[in-house]
Amino acid sequence: MASVSMTVNGRSFHGEVEGRTLLVEFLRETLGLTGTHVGCDTSQCGACVVHVGGRSVKSCTMLAVEADGAEVTTIEGVASGGSLHPMQAAFKEHHGLQCGFCTPGMVMSGIDLVARKPSPSESEVRHWLEGNLCRCTGYHNIVKAVQAAAREMGG
Amino acid sequence: MSDTGIGAALRRKEDARFLTGKGRYTDDINRPGQLFAYIVRSPEAHARIRGIDATEASGAPGVVAVLTGKDLAEDGIGGLPCGWQIHSKDGSPMIEPPHPPLVVDRVRHVGDQVAVVLAESRSQAKAAAALVDVDYEPLPAVVSPADATADGAPQVWDEVPGNVCFDWEIGDEAATSAAFEAAAHVVSLDIVNNRLIPNAIEPRAAIGEYDANADSYTLYTSSQNPHVIRLLMGAFVMGIPEHKLRVVSPDVGGGFGSKIFHYAEEVIVTWAAKRVGRPVKWTAERSESFMSDAHGRDHVTHAELALDADGRFTGLRVHTKANLGAYLSTFGSAVPTYLYATLFAGCYTTPAIYANVQAIFTNTVAVDAYRGAGRPEAAFLIERLVDTAARRLGMDPVELRRRNFIQPDQFPYQTPVALEYDVGDYPATLDAALELADYEGFAARREEARARGKLRGIGVSTFVEACGIAPSAVAGALGARAGLFEVGHVRVHPTGSVTVFTGAHSHGQGHETTFAQLVSDRLGVPADQVEVVHGDTAQVAFGMGTYGSRSLAVGGSAIYMATEKIIEKGKKIAAHLMEASPEDVVFEDGSFTVAGTDKSKALAEVSLAAYVPHNYPEGLEPGLDETAFYDPKNFTFPAGAHVVEVEIDPDTGVVKLVGVACADDVGRVINPMIVDGQMHGGLAQGIGQALLESCEYDASGQLITGSYMNYTMPRAADLPFFKTGRHITNCTHNPLGVKGVGEVGSIGVPPAVINAVVDALSEYGIEHLDMPATPERVWRAIQTARA
Repeated sequence: MASVSMTVNGRSFHGEVEGRTLLVEFLRETLGLTGTHVGCDTSQCGACVVHVGGRSVKSCTMLAVEADGAEVTTIEGVASGGSLHPMQAAFKEHHGLQCGFCTPGMVMSGIDLVARKPSPSESEVRHWLEGNLCRCTGYHNIVKAVQAAAREMGG
Repeated sequence: MSDTGIGAALRRKEDARFLTGKGRYTDDINRPGQLFAYIVRSPEAHARIRGIDATEASGAPGVVAVLTGKDLAEDGIGGLPCGWQIHSKDGSPMIEPPHPPLVVDRVRHVGDQVAVVLAESRSQAKAAAALVDVDYEPLPAVVSPADATADGAPQVWDEVPGNVCFDWEIGDEAATSAAFEAAAHVVSLDIVNNRLIPNAIEPRAAIGEYDANADSYTLYTSSQNPHVIRLLMGAFVMGIPEHKLRVVSPDVGGGFGSKIFHYAEEVIVTWAAKRVGRPVKWTAERSESFMSDAHGRDHVTHAELALDADGRFTGLRVHTKANLGAYLSTFGSAVPTYLYATLFAGCYTTPAIYANVQAIFTNTVAVDAYRGAGRPEAAFLIERLVDTAARRLGMDPVELRRRNFIQPDQFPYQTPVALEYDVGDYPATLDAALELADYEGFAARREEARARGKLRGIGVSTFVEACGIAPSAVAGALGARAGLFEVGHVRVHPTGSVTVFTGAHSHGQGHETTFAQLVSDRLGVPADQVEVVHGDTAQVAFGMGTYGSRSLAVGGSAIYMATEKIIEKGKKIAAHLMEASPEDVVFEDGSFTVAGTDKSKALAEVSLAAYVPHNYPEGLEPGLDETAFYDPKNFTFPAGAHVVEVEIDPDTGVVKLVGVACADDVGRVINPMIVDGQMHGGLAQGIGQALLESCEYDASGQLITGSYMNYTMPRAADLPFFKTGRHITNCTHNPLGVKGVGEVGSIGVPPAVINAVVDALSEYGIEHLDMPATPERVWRAIQTARA
């Protein structure tokens, strides 16, 4: 067992984990933050994307111990108070989600894109989302939502 | 109507929880004391099991039990049933081999369930599963329907000679032969409809729980139809009466057909929970999904179209070998028959049609319904034949379609293959799509592309689908072993808010919003005062679930019928309160009014009186709570026209989608935003089939495309924005006029894509390409043509 401490959505957590425990397992099973999803076992689908140190990371591809000391943000942590984050609001407004399973990863990935590139083109959004699979929307409204959120976020 | 009623692009009620990580999918649920199950799956495509040694696994850390098919048989657990019985053309019923949840002595595909390990943690269960020593004696395997029907082919089932489960036909063979003999032109094609893996992004999951005190079971499962699972698992597999079995399908992360079926793991966790006295949870890893979710399509077809000298279709003849996989899945037998060949008239007046379908067992995962289910296979062969005919006859493909369309004044239209279409306007739908695609401007775009060294092509498909499954009596006559009605239950609470209980299940479709809009529209209650409950057999009286674009047409109609009962009863209460006769009371905009007067009672006043019946009609039951079972009178027939434009790089074979424009007739639209979203998703899956996706086995039966590393899912950069339009004719036989939208994209667009690809390659004389039109396949076709 290894000892791990991290700040998740602004709260400090300390726990003992097996060395092989993935960050996503720690979030879902130890902390009960089930908004981060697991959709594959080859790091392809992106349903598990969270932010570690402000950058998007596939939490199925990182050990919990690697996040020791890090600031982690999950989908549960992006709304402030009762207000949705502009990326969440844009997904709702533009119908960028259907079954909702890929949505947390899409939103977290979209937020990181806009942080890096405040005004992404359609092509930039589509290529950025290469690591996030959605089977419901055909990506049409996801791309619209990310671009709309970028505008809202001041890009 | 209210402003949250029919036609409003209302933002979805369900989004708040999904966007904040508060969705509740099956794997998010944990039960006190639960164990984790890991399934030991066969690495062999076909093998005899000489023995299973679980000694080491049983002693591994955290392991509580290792159970096998023998344990299951000892407990009297039965096999998974098939829901649809097909008869061969000689009158004999299809051969139904057993489908045990855990095999006993023989595995028949890679991924077949051999044993289950139950342990305290997921990782312990998985680690111990690797220690279960199964002694396999490999047998020869067969994976393609063509090989499986060859002389001397390996036998998947001893009791199924030649691997033919059934040999079915529909239509008039003699009349069709006569049409071909008299034809001026005959066009034929050999078509492979590629095998697909559905890949809902949420892997399947199930939790079984047994309450010994109540002698009752609860199953949480990622299913599209919890009541159907309760029926099948309770009545046919485990012998549990309905009142002792609760099935909950909470938030479900996409289905596309793959979560309709009753799966082995649902039985395993429920049975094991009682056997070990603790809840048992199983969640598929994606690798397991690839080898255990039912696959889709996989047809090999020879199709012929007869035309007269004027280009009118006079006959269609089709011979298909459909791959069933190793087992008959829940709807596996219905898909390549009644959901397929009954659509062979398409949008056209072809007077003579004959189809023969052989359904073949192979050593592959079971094949069943996947978005469109039979209808994409039908549309693909028809629309490829029509385009090929146009090319051979030197006709414009649009003109050839127009010449053969069923005209708007010919409805209701009886096809030669059982269905009676109620309504449609195919010429207008096609016009709308051509305009959206700027079909007229294509020649100039092609020239411009040529100047850049690119081959540009345009392709059209026009199609009809049978949805709103299904009139129970018709389905029963065709072999369905269940009714296909739906249940709607509307409860108006004392203060006038509403809860709707529906037997349909939402796994992305937005029923919580659309159904609330229906009720808002009819009862005049704002949609945010309407809660929609689904997915729990303990809460919803009954249901047949969601598939075949049936939720709104059948489930929505049931809700509508229940609101009508609410209004009828409300009129009696309101009449009493206003001292009028019920016949004089009209209900509009949420109020009961005595016609011709200003006397009025709001719905909430009436509902309050219904629950506080101090001043109440004599003999009338209190309460305002009504249930309706709606059995549709016919299928619905959404239709559409899809136009796709591609640009091909002849040096690399890469096909770039440069335009996708569709006009669809989905019947009356409740929420246009949701309808567009459904079209987008269907288009992406259809484009995936046409350009990217294919499930491949090697000759020994190993699944080569067993992960996202090698099964090509459509990604954002593979797709353009879609242009979606509509030309609506309302369904004539359900109270809402709706037809269904879930499957139009996956049915309509694949042939349009391939027609466009073939058009782009026409200068090489290429007449057909099988899906998916990958760069390699296109490049090879070009090289072969150039050689």
